[in-house]
Amino acid sequence: MADLSCNIAGVTSPNPFWLASAPPTDKQYNVERAFEAGWGGVVWKTLGEAGPPVVNVSSRYGSVDYNGQRMVGLNNIELITDRPLEVNLQEIAAVKKAWPDRAMVVSLMVPCEEQAWKSILKQVEQTGCDGVELNFGCPHGMSERGMGSAVGQVPEYIQMVAEWCKTHTYLPVFVKLTPNITDVRFAARAAHAGGADAVSLINTVNSIVSIDLDQMAPTPTVAGKGTHGGYCGPAVKPIAMHMVADIARDPETHGMPISGIGGISNWRDAAEFISLSCGSVQVCTAAMRFGFDIIHEMTNGLSNWMDSKGYNTLDDFRGRAVPNVTDWQYLDMNYKTIASIDQDKCIECGLCHVTCEDTSHQAISKLKTADGKRVYEVIDDECVGCNLCHLVCPVDGCISMVEVDNGLPYMNWGEHPNNPMNHS
Amino acid sequence: MKPVHDIASNRLSEQQIHDNFSDLHPPLSDLQARAEAARCLFCHDAPCIEACPTDINIPGFIRRIAMGNLKGAATEILDANIMGDTCANVCPVEELCELKCVMNTAEHKPVTIGLLQRHATDYLFAQGVQPFERGTPSGKRVAVLGAGPAGLSCAHRLALHGHEVDLFEARGKAGGLNEYGIAAYKMLDERAAREVEFILAVGGITLHTGKALGSELTLAGLRNDYDAVFLGLGHNAVNRLNLDGEDSSGMHNAVDYIERIRQEDLTSLPVGRRVVVIGGGNTAIDIAVQTKKLGAESVTIVYRRSQQQMSATWHEQEIAQTNGVLIKTWAQPVGIVHEEHGLTGIVFETTRQNDDGRLEGTGERFELAADMAFKAIGQVLDTHAVGNELNALQIEHGRIAVNDQRRTSLPDVYAGGDCIAGTDLTVTAVQDGKLAAEAIHESFSTEVQHG
Repeated sequence: MADLSCNIAGVTSPNPFWLASAPPTDKQYNVERAFEAGWGGVVWKTLGEAGPPVVNVSSRYGSVDYNGQRMVGLNNIELITDRPLEVNLQEIAAVKKAWPDRAMVVSLMVPCEEQAWKSILKQVEQTGCDGVELNFGCPHGMSERGMGSAVGQVPEYIQMVAEWCKTHTYLPVFVKLTPNITDVRFAARAAHAGGADAVSLINTVNSIVSIDLDQMAPTPTVAGKGTHGGYCGPAVKPIAMHMVADIARDPETHGMPISGIGGISNWRDAAEFISLSCGSVQVCTAAMRFGFDIIHEMTNGLSNWMDSKGYNTLDDFRGRAVPNVTDWQYLDMNYKTIASIDQDKCIECGLCHVTCEDTSHQAISKLKTADGKRVYEVIDDECVGCNLCHLVCPVDGCISMVEVDNGLPYMNWGEHPNNPMNHS
Repeated sequence: MKPVHDIASNRLSEQQIHDNFSDLHPPLSDLQARAEAARCLFCHDAPCIEACPTDINIPGFIRRIAMGNLKGAATEILDANIMGDTCANVCPVEELCELKCVMNTAEHKPVTIGLLQRHATDYLFAQGVQPFERGTPSGKRVAVLGAGPAGLSCAHRLALHGHEVDLFEARGKAGGLNEYGIAAYKMLDERAAREVEFILAVGGITLHTGKALGSELTLAGLRNDYDAVFLGLGHNAVNRLNLDGEDSSGMHNAVDYIERIRQEDLTSLPVGRRVVVIGGGNTAIDIAVQTKKLGAESVTIVYRRSQQQMSATWHEQEIAQTNGVLIKTWAQPVGIVHEEHGLTGIVFETTRQNDDGRLEGTGERFELAADMAFKAIGQVLDTHAVGNELNALQIEHGRIAVNDQRRTSLPDVYAGGDCIAGTDLTVTAVQDGKLAAEAIHESFSTEVQHG
């Protein structure tokens, strides 16, 4: 059986599945339930400065449902922990003591002053935790007070705070990045330059998930008003993976440990993030949707898949997909696939035909036989290999994309005769 | 020992009867409907539409349900089939739309189109929405005979086009077989009456009950008084066994008894302890299941060929069998046994199919004890029962001959429903009425253009 143990920036856990800094990690009670269920670690919900805690509003989450599935996307307008700092610190210490093998990372967010960071780091060190994660991502509420994504959107601030933290603690420092920027590499480079041990990404995406058409207000609605919130869940996974891959490929940050976050809901999502070089993976929405028991499928599924591939440890496949992520200009212009329909599997829904006909290349013909059977066939000469039919077909394995051996050598856009740069 | 003759009402408590005649398929909840609607693939040129005699845009209405647009879904259904509510409950969907659903291949289970359709129409009726409006009055008048599915459908479509309709019905209530002939557990409460009311509410239709062709009405008179005539006469007679004692007490026509079940108080309806049903169609199933539900102890359907050859669908047969009805095949009735107090049994001869595919008796006989027996061996149009009224029309195989537009051999007379050749389903009757109305409307328009 595969070994799922995980080590990222010196923080170890029995498996790579951590609960992200969020409502599920706000209290000793929740976190111990998670550890009992089998979670490898947690990032404790963000702590702020000592003093009166922040106040959260009533009605905090909004959901994107799709075709009968709930919470394909989730957003929230909750702030950092609204419990006193001392209570959180006591509980963190107690949990870490009771569960020494689990990763305990503490998320932090204090004003952009060196003294504030120094002070909280000293207090957090007392808990025996394994690391800290700097919350530079929260896109709502805190950012309006000059914290969260207000810091994460300015690379100079990221570097400055990371440096302060590295100066004032021995703990590994994770910098949590916001996706609400144009190019995440600048933020990651800043974290790296500031000496951060790892980055965590993505934090939530700015969003309005829905408008209540009766109240004519965004949801979640607070006394008739709504505001933008942080979007997460399966819907954001593609955005997260793109950013993770960018950081993994960037010469300046290549090799920097990454804790992957963004819609991870099952073992396969986790395997994909790890293949893009993530050390641990952090989960929130899936746990908030189903409870902590999903960890059993996650660890079991990952382990079985690793066994089937002959991977003994996470390092055996970590980052394996990174070399295959490239820029468009390096793709092979001469590579050709075309769709192939397995007539025995076809259920005659006609979706391949109508979508190709209406929205693509008119490359699937439709024929009705005398006995009323509908036959759909690919017109090879018209098919550009776009995959659309393969994607819309409701039957697994019915439409496959078949590689055509045209005997042509690799040629990228830079080499292509149609490239205007080649005519100068 | 001969069984004791025993026909009685009140075999079951009022509560038991009520439970037995509750919904065959309970309606979908909103949650179920959304989940079921999400299963629809929204096929292109969907096979289910092709299988629907009224061409309902099935993926179209299901998509509207999925998107929470129930009014739109119901309107889409009723646009194509004004009796979409009845059809959602009584259509043999297992042989029509649901049979052709591609999810049969994909998941071995079709989208439950009938239940989704009902979900939409139930919503519309519950909201009291009337999405239809009579067209601008055209000055044309049409007589529609028979207020069953064909006649109601025809009348409604004519009204939409602005024509004035006099709808004549021989019986006391409109609805035809929806009101009188469909099993009670398929048409709960006042579903049929509710639908008639909805159809008539469009305006421009005047219902005249108690007016029958051959009695109060003549075809010649109607042709003289109206611009066009539509005949939705239905069936008016049943086939006979031609056995001695066929009309004695204890022997019943299934359709007559089904009508009593629909119209009378169920607790006071007498039913036999031992019931035998002769026939293999949906009517046989309907009477068998309902007598069982009324408290008959043993109910046996006897059919002269195999179960596969029964015209009752597999779904209907399953309903019978899960209700404890015994289906006996390869036997035909040859004798009716009576004693002084009434029916005691039916004698059957076993049958087989010979090499030519023809049915023949084997000579072997058996008797089934029965204190009540029902004939469900087919209904017909008795053209003579309406006097000489149909003499002017071309008749083929005992039914009124029509073309694709449902026009008879007379240019201004149209017909549809069970009185013409076809499948004898509510849904085809509705389509007949609709097509005839469109043809009548077109004939008026052509007249104007050429006039």
